[in-house]
Amino acid sequence: MNHGIFEKNSIILLVGILIVVSIGGLVQIAPLFWVDSTIEKVQGMRPYTPLEQAGRDIYLREGCYNCHSQMIRTLRDEVERYGHYSLAAESMYDHPFQWGSKRTGPDLARVGGKYSDQWHADHMANPRAVVPESIMPSYSWLAKRKLDTSELEARTKTLRMVGVPYTDEMVANVTADIAAQINPDSKAARELLKRYPKAKVAKFDGVPGTEPSELDAMIAYLQILGQMVDFATFDAAGPNLR
Amino acid sequence: MPTSLPKHHVERNTTSDMLAFVAGILFAGYGLFVAFTSHDEAMAFHGFLLGAASLAAIGAVLTVGFGRPDSAPPTDYMDGPIKVATIAAMVWGIAGFTVGLIIACQLAFPVLNLDMPWTSFGRLRPLHTSAVIFAFGGNVLLATSFYVVQRTSHARLAGRWSPWFVVWGYQLFIAIAGTGYVLGITQGKEYAEPEWYADLWLTIVWVTYLLVFLGTLAKRREPHIYVANWFFLAFIVTVAMLHLVNNAAIPVSIVSPKSYILYSGVQDAMTQWWYGHNAVGFFLTAGFLGIMYYFIPKRVERPVYSYRLSIVHFWTLIFLYIWAGPHHLHYTALPDWAQTLGMTFSIMLWMPSWGGMINGLMTLSGAWDKLRTDPVVRFLVVSVAFYGMSTFEGPLMSIKAVNSLSHYTDWTIGHVHSGALGWVAMVSFGAIYCLVPWLWKREGLYSMRLVEWHFWISTIGILLYITAMWVSGITQGLMWRAYDKLGFLQYSFIETVEAMKPYYVIRAAGGALFLIGALIMAYNIWRTVRGDAITDLADQPRVAASPALRVSPAE
Repeated sequence: MNHGIFEKNSIILLVGILIVVSIGGLVQIAPLFWVDSTIEKVQGMRPYTPLEQAGRDIYLREGCYNCHSQMIRTLRDEVERYGHYSLAAESMYDHPFQWGSKRTGPDLARVGGKYSDQWHADHMANPRAVVPESIMPSYSWLAKRKLDTSELEARTKTLRMVGVPYTDEMVANVTADIAAQINPDSKAARELLKRYPKAKVAKFDGVPGTEPSELDAMIAYLQILGQMVDFATFDAAGPNLR
Repeated sequence: MPTSLPKHHVERNTTSDMLAFVAGILFAGYGLFVAFTSHDEAMAFHGFLLGAASLAAIGAVLTVGFGRPDSAPPTDYMDGPIKVATIAAMVWGIAGFTVGLIIACQLAFPVLNLDMPWTSFGRLRPLHTSAVIFAFGGNVLLATSFYVVQRTSHARLAGRWSPWFVVWGYQLFIAIAGTGYVLGITQGKEYAEPEWYADLWLTIVWVTYLLVFLGTLAKRREPHIYVANWFFLAFIVTVAMLHLVNNAAIPVSIVSPKSYILYSGVQDAMTQWWYGHNAVGFFLTAGFLGIMYYFIPKRVERPVYSYRLSIVHFWTLIFLYIWAGPHHLHYTALPDWAQTLGMTFSIMLWMPSWGGMINGLMTLSGAWDKLRTDPVVRFLVVSVAFYGMSTFEGPLMSIKAVNSLSHYTDWTIGHVHSGALGWVAMVSFGAIYCLVPWLWKREGLYSMRLVEWHFWISTIGILLYITAMWVSGITQGLMWRAYDKLGFLQYSFIETVEAMKPYYVIRAAGGALFLIGALIMAYNIWRTVRGDAITDLADQPRVAASPALRVSPAE
């Protein structure tokens, strides 16, 4: 064993280290970008609406991922508690992913549609008002803060640069779509639904008007979680079998 | 002596001063540009911080540098930056432990979130993790690596300003990252929360760190590079690689704090846990093993147990660790082949980990009595024992069947803290207790008795912490999967939250003890640095004293 060559030459030691620590990452990460079966072929995935994406940005800002996962594992009790196990396709437009690592609170991968908007508004204002034993912080300021929409178009363009398939039409209508999503039964809302099928249009925080609060955005995001993929057409044993 | 310095040396100093000055101007310019143009108040504040720090640096270069030679001859060791990093480690450590205690209490008593954005758990938890890992741990690594590489190479740190830049630049990174979290600036990736501009700044600091370290090795007057430096070098270069790949992002604009990560979903998850687990493997393990390989032999005055084992330990550890990431993603949408690879390599990782533990522990051969007589040795050795325990627990938890129970629960939190408190913090405390009298040229620590107190209080705190988390984690994992006689899930989620309360209180008590121990240490260090009369000099081993003050020469 002649280890002296590494011990007597710092550059050879450095190169040796670099080679040795590169192998694992190359083998584990690189194939995920080109092996086709990594992400299932599904129906229904679409980019988030501007309001949902704004809610997602707030979800990150407040560090919700510290206590909530968005990844239902392929285990019986999880599927029974939370619904169909999560597919890779369901987070394909998530920059960054929010699978989480700890469930101080429940998984949120399919929380969309599980509770009413009013429930979410009450819960955010004071979690213990609706779940007395909850240890979640209250997020009462979300309802009081107007959503800052000044940067949303630029953010949408940036998301397109990292690979989210926003069309020119979507980018051009960011501001209109924000207002439309809290304005049910409007013409703008029908336009929004053409661009973003299955989006929920509602006065999420219960306050009338076309200026969304941060709470509107947050609830719009929570209500779409797990709602996009059409599981009626998804065949887990089909070509998606991994 | 200033007058006897060769001319070329003075010219080189002037060049260094010039470069430092220009860099300072550039950074100050960018910082002030951001401060005045960003529409985001928090980012403007960060621009102001960078600008102010750069102006202070320019001031230092102008007053201390320019033609004036170093006060110390170039053959002397450069200990100034090490002193700064040592004090910074103590300060950030206490800050990080305090925030940890606060968020532990918030989980038991949610009213402590205070219904304000800046004090809610979701923002404070990253503040805690970053403060203890990167601020406390990072400064310990800066201090020890700069100390060890000089002593084992018999060479002064490379660079006139660079080591200072590394140390102060790192503090600026911590300040920007930490205030950012509280103000809501985050990438939303665990342990990689700092936004793009903080990441870029850290990259500049880190590359300088690598160059200083390599430059010092290049100047060495020993033919061989000592084993501790292999580990330090692997830590520095691998962390650079992990940081660059995992944080690749596109900012919304150069004056916006927001960016979006290049990767999404499953690829981002894999990249993140490749990064995340190797923040553990290289930041919290390889770097601190460098500490073990220097400070244990020095403190017990025995050579490392086995040279051959060090070689095997080093290469197998760094090769295997990098594969372990997918064990954070068992049963998820990550392809099975990657999960299986992650589990397999995690189990194999048990071997080099224990090889290193054995190498550290057996270095005490013939000196086991010091475990009884020198509490600093006890810190160092018990840390290695905790290292052995958590590197056994880790592979166990990476087994898919075990992970199906442990994942998402407090068991993981307990495991992390047995490593972080038991291994990382204890070995850091041991190293700082060694370093302070050595750096400040004292005959010993102010009080060995206080070190005893610190040791027992923090050990009891750790035990309370990890046992509470074992029980709560396994309880909650079992409750989630419990079925009643009719085949329905037995517990609602909130019932499993309610059941955690007593363990969260015990955990907070354990954390409080650990914090109290650290406060005792800070007091002891403060008195030592001040040079107050030592209370129990007769009880201190001769290695407690600074090398020049020892009764008979070491080595």
